[in-house]
Amino acid sequence: MTDVSSTSSLLAVDDRTRRRNAAEKRFRVYGVIAIVLAMLALAGLMTSILTNGLSAFKQTFVTLEVYLDPAKLDKDGSGDLEKIRKVSTFGYAPLIRNTLQTHLDAPNMAVDDLSAKDAVKMISNESAAEMRRFVLANPDMIGETVSFKFLASGRVDGYYKGRVTMESAERDSNISPQQLMFADKLKDAGLLETSFNWGFLTRADASENRPEAAGLGVAILGSLYMMAVVLCLTLPIGVAASIYLEEFAPKNWFTDIVEVNISNLAAVPSIVFGILGLAIFINFAGLPQSAPIVGGLVLTLMTLPTIIISTRASLKAVPPSIRDAALGVGASKMQAVFHHVLPLAAPGILTGTIIGLAQALGETAPLLLIGMVAFVREFPGAPPEGLFDPAAALPVQVYNWTQRADPAFAERASGAIIVLLVFLLFMNAIAIILRRRFERRW
Amino acid sequence: MYDAPILGDTVDQKTTKISARDVQVYYGDTHAIKDVNVDIDSKTVTAFIGPSGCGKSTFLRCINRMNDTIDVCRVVGDIKIDGEDIYDKRVDPVQLRAKVGMVFQKPNPFPKSIYDNIAYGPRIHGLAKNKADLDVIVEKSLRRGAIWDEVKDRLDAPGTGLSGGQQQRLCIARAVATEPEVLLMDEPCSALDPIATAQVEELIDELRNQFSVVIVTHSMQQAARVSQKTAFFHLGNLVEYGDTSQIFTNPLDERTQNYITGRIG
Amino acid sequence: MSAGLVILAVVAIATVGFFVGRAKSLSSAGGDIRQLHSLPSYYGQATFLFAAVPALLVTFAWLILQPMFVASQISGMIVSGDIVEGASRTLVMADVRRIANGLDVAVTAGKLSETGIEKLNTASTDVRALLAGVGVAVASDVQQNILAAAKEFRTLTSTLRIAMAVVAIALSVLGLVVALTRIKPEYRARNVSEQAVKALLILSSLVAILTTVGIIASLVFETLHFFQLYPAKDFFFNLTWNPQFTGGSDLGFIPLLWGTLYVSFVALVFAVPIGLFVAVYLSEYATNRVRSIVKPAVEILAGIPTIVYGLFALITVGPLLRDYFAQPLGLGQSSSSVLTAGIVMGIMLIPFVSSLSDDVINAVPQAMRDGSYGLGATQSETVKQVILPAALPGIVGAILLAASRAIGETMIVVMGAGAAAKLSLNPLEAMTTITVKIVSQLTGDTEFASPETLVAFALGLSLFVITLGLNVLALYIVRKYREQYE
Repeated sequence: MTDVSSTSSLLAVDDRTRRRNAAEKRFRVYGVIAIVLAMLALAGLMTSILTNGLSAFKQTFVTLEVYLDPAKLDKDGSGDLEKIRKVSTFGYAPLIRNTLQTHLDAPNMAVDDLSAKDAVKMISNESAAEMRRFVLANPDMIGETVSFKFLASGRVDGYYKGRVTMESAERDSNISPQQLMFADKLKDAGLLETSFNWGFLTRADASENRPEAAGLGVAILGSLYMMAVVLCLTLPIGVAASIYLEEFAPKNWFTDIVEVNISNLAAVPSIVFGILGLAIFINFAGLPQSAPIVGGLVLTLMTLPTIIISTRASLKAVPPSIRDAALGVGASKMQAVFHHVLPLAAPGILTGTIIGLAQALGETAPLLLIGMVAFVREFPGAPPEGLFDPAAALPVQVYNWTQRADPAFAERASGAIIVLLVFLLFMNAIAIILRRRFERRW
Repeated sequence: MYDAPILGDTVDQKTTKISARDVQVYYGDTHAIKDVNVDIDSKTVTAFIGPSGCGKSTFLRCINRMNDTIDVCRVVGDIKIDGEDIYDKRVDPVQLRAKVGMVFQKPNPFPKSIYDNIAYGPRIHGLAKNKADLDVIVEKSLRRGAIWDEVKDRLDAPGTGLSGGQQQRLCIARAVATEPEVLLMDEPCSALDPIATAQVEELIDELRNQFSVVIVTHSMQQAARVSQKTAFFHLGNLVEYGDTSQIFTNPLDERTQNYITGRIG
Repeated sequence: MSAGLVILAVVAIATVGFFVGRAKSLSSAGGDIRQLHSLPSYYGQATFLFAAVPALLVTFAWLILQPMFVASQISGMIVSGDIVEGASRTLVMADVRRIANGLDVAVTAGKLSETGIEKLNTASTDVRALLAGVGVAVASDVQQNILAAAKEFRTLTSTLRIAMAVVAIALSVLGLVVALTRIKPEYRARNVSEQAVKALLILSSLVAILTTVGIIASLVFETLHFFQLYPAKDFFFNLTWNPQFTGGSDLGFIPLLWGTLYVSFVALVFAVPIGLFVAVYLSEYATNRVRSIVKPAVEILAGIPTIVYGLFALITVGPLLRDYFAQPLGLGQSSSSVLTAGIVMGIMLIPFVSSLSDDVINAVPQAMRDGSYGLGATQSETVKQVILPAALPGIVGAILLAASRAIGETMIVVMGAGAAAKLSLNPLEAMTTITVKIVSQLTGDTEFASPETLVAFALGLSLFVITLGLNVLALYIVRKYREQYE
């Protein structure tokens, strides 16, 4: 039993060691595989969102010269705004049809079996409303020919994004191959073009059958309102609570309860906060549904534990010697904290707050329960009253769009995700810069 | 079986176990060990002494290639054990470390039972054919570690529950369980109280019968008590190497003299 | 006078108090700041607090209590005949409030005058049409005594509002005067102001407790309400989930729990090995370069909102699994399935598991590793036999936290798992979870007081209890583990 190994040379690797080294190599490979899988998941996620969503930032527009026919818009020629207002959007549709008819009549433009009436369907339903808004704003333009850049319908737009093909159009009641051929001719004539879609960022949501007009304006504004509420509430409350717990709280059962409570709250599923919001803020306190104020309050309660935890970490990172120094020159405990500790911890607190805000910005589930899924077309008013108006929120808008049948909304949903991710990236970048710039090692 | 704890020259048939030639160690840009040449005898306790940061621990960790686990560390030169270059490409550090055991500054038992602590090495190196075999190895190692009597009734208790001195002897027992030929000890008593230190020193003296022991120590008294050979390191250089009695009574180098008399260190 | 204006007025009075108090303290010390106990601005702060805090507290209490008081007064005016079959008193009260609000809107729109309202009579005017004209929709024609209740509601509310304004402002002024009379050089203004600030700090830290109380109260209250309408035994032991709008629903919890646990299990099966190996590789093997790339990338996964994962499940993973696995194998036709939701949730949990495990693995002291290497163990042997066993409690805690997260996750399952409650083993079938049903029951059009809606609260309470249990257990284990190495 003695000195088994001394007989063997170090230079020769024995069988057992060879086996062990093989096991070592296998283990390493498992690790690499795990990392590759995780990276592939990230890449897959990003590719999926980008390939589906980037096209939402492009939109097909049709530029048409429309003759604003006084016979239709201002029958008695009085120019009376009240009378012009009486003409509904239905009164404007024929004007577009007229223009399209002239294009169809032009040489080489005609498409068999395509009437101007069918061709109008290639233009978004939104267009008539757009023209009406223009005319009401500029009544003196009646009788003139004005060039409009109309949104093409979702299907025509989809044709240029590869979502709709001639074959699928055969089976589609909303689009026909003839319409697509005409669209190609319009494109050749330079009347139809694809360009950057600012409307996606600025317009309000649109109804089920006009995906081309749907935008994120209300959702972005709603999210901004909610973030403002969250920031205004979590920062002071979170910092105050952290200062108390970290600097003043005596070590007793009550403090223990608060601490355990905070760490547990941080792990409560977000949807439970939605239920809380519904029961307390809406049913009990009677605040309006879908309002950014309620969303903000719910997200505040949800983010507060996270912010308290990160703020306490920043406070804890300030060495006790600073407090001792301040107390040593006769400052009160409160002065030591507010004059010395808090300023030193501020960058860390801000970083934590921004990261907490970013989390709140992407949160969806609780907002569903407080009615933010509602279809909102109107922009909320200016704060503070606007906080009580119905609004959407970015992540909820995404969910909303995925629930709709038209595949064009799937593209919009992915596009909205990109917008959301850009916001998050921006916030996290600020947090990282803050941390890099002000991080202090003691 | 008991050797009288007499210094130096009672050990007969000294053969060179480890020989180091022109060893340089770099930590990143720092040149930590410079031109070290030393021959360490078998069945001898060799002490490395010197002020903090002189490189004695670093050199010790070269002998079983523990420095391989540090990314920035680079070793140049030859270290041979029984004439075989341990930095040869064909040498597997895993096999080497079974042959060259190590005991660390702070006792570091694994958070496992006493039995599993000892059995860990034999298990990974496949030294036992069956459970009975392993039991024998564990008992033998614990006896060699002079801790058997204290723990034989609670082999299933966690090793972390022992006192500091017991933990260190457990770690020594753990190191000898793989039947090494060389035992490296990196300040094994620095975290222990005087009584535990005395026990460990006694144990080291016994271990000399079977192993070459290389011990790094801060305490000159300890070096004088346990070792037969002493090497004095200073600023990464091996200043002087010789019989312990000679180093402590009649050092050749002025720096050794200064260190021993307490003028540097 | 609106509540906002009252608050503004109080703050204005208090601000004036700040400056007056500061000035007075200086003059009381004859302009010599050294004669004062505290800095002048502390005297200002103390005055500010005296003027603002009591008045504001009364205002907030008033705002909360007034609706309750008014409701109890008005409630008596509603006779049982007004309550339509199937509706409840609260619904009628909501109508009263809406009509009263509508009358306000009509007044501001100039369609009604105050005297007009007094003369308003359901016999002579179509109140419903009148309100619709100003954009306030009322469900049914307005009864005479409900209109009377609404009028009473308006008068009572406005009287109380005025009373509130008077009381608040009077209190504020009173506080101001009291504070100013107390200003003398030896007055310990700093201590007063600091006590007040401390009270504010304590109050803030109570928000977290209040949140928990609010959560538990709202869940328990509505759940009890639900169990009055639907037997608790059936909820917990009925094996079918089949809500009907017409009543007579089966609201069994078991199928939802099964779906939840199944999806979470699949998610953990993906996330735990991958997350653990990522953590081990990053902390034990990876070079700095690899770590500096992989770690942030994994953190990105952690920062992505769950709605993004939900969309990924819906438009990519779901169709992929359906077209390449479910349909060829004949195991299902649906793109939403347990596997879809499970895989995507697994991806979401990878960074969660890996960062928590990374922490616990790094907490294992380097001495353990050295001891193992010193005995000639390879790195993988060290990881498997020393590090992981040493870190095991921490890793178990991490997995429990991940499980709690998986169980409470909503968006991924809403968009990826499906809506059909089923007790099935086939992972390629659509199943549903507790959270999905909470969303669908609370966003539907059913009446709030029906069992079909209230069941969401019972589901919420179950979810809360399960996740809370897991969290408490996990935090306990992790804490024990930390103590081991401290």
